[in-house]
Amino acid sequence: MHASLSGGVAAAILMATATVSASAADKPSDAQIAHIAYVAGDIDVKAAKLALKKSKNESVRAFADNMVRDHTAVNEKALALVKKLNVTPEDNETSKSLVKQAEQKRAELSKLSGAAFDRAYVDNEVTFHGTVNGALETTLIPSASNAELKSLLRTGLKVFLGHKHHAEQLADKLN
Amino acid sequence: MRVIIHGWAVVILLQIAGAGMALAGQLVQVKISNLAFQPAEISVQVGDTVEWANDDFIEHTATANNGGWDVILGVGHVGRVQFDQPGTFDYFCAYHPNMTGSIHVSAN
Ligand SMILES: [Cu+2]
Repeated sequence: MHASLSGGVAAAILMATATVSASAADKPSDAQIAHIAYVAGDIDVKAAKLALKKSKNESVRAFADNMVRDHTAVNEKALALVKKLNVTPEDNETSKSLVKQAEQKRAELSKLSGAAFDRAYVDNEVTFHGTVNGALETTLIPSASNAELKSLLRTGLKVFLGHKHHAEQLADKLN
Repeated sequence: MRVIIHGWAVVILLQIAGAGMALAGQLVQVKISNLAFQPAEISVQVGDTVEWANDDFIEHTATANNGGWDVILGVGHVGRVQFDQPGTFDYFCAYHPNMTGSIHVSAN
């Protein structure tokens, strides 16, 4: 009884969503948005773990620790929300291209060491947070239809703006 | 076990009563929400204790600019510092340096 009722509701929502995405083809769905945000966080955690393996600079290591701590917390929150909303995260062009670029960058950074690595890692953190924050502001937050997802993305943006600022200060110190 | 807990409670209450207001001090709370100390600026008296409560889902710290104290505030956790000297103590979050606060401690 309950199952068939909610099944009907879900089907209605799906149809409504399909109509919306058909009329605005470039607007990502909540499932895609959640996945893009998660992937971006995961990329930054991996970059930070590389920095923790390679860097001996105390400020760079402290920054990397911050990235692991914050992005892990935000992603855990995102996973919990996705589960609660019963949304299946969906791979898409944006997330695929983020992953591809990040793999190239990681390979590049892996070849560096010492001060050269520190500078390249921190510079990339400035660029990466700039890109992700831009996407959040212009596309992901405005496109999100679920209020909780929108609110999580807004908090995420606030955290990541702080990261960008922190990375910029660190870059000034290293250059 | 129960007896011991009750005994402790009595001892603490007696000490507070015996010492009076000045030594016990007040507990002044600062909430951390949406990556901000709220309120960011507070005034307390010598002997008071400031308690930070982290309502965010990410970890923060309350770290004195002068290095005098450094409190790690896990998610959903509180941390306290008692102030026994007058002065103005600026602090920040070591994880999010954009987050800053200030505590004015006056002599009583
Ligand atoms: Cu913080």
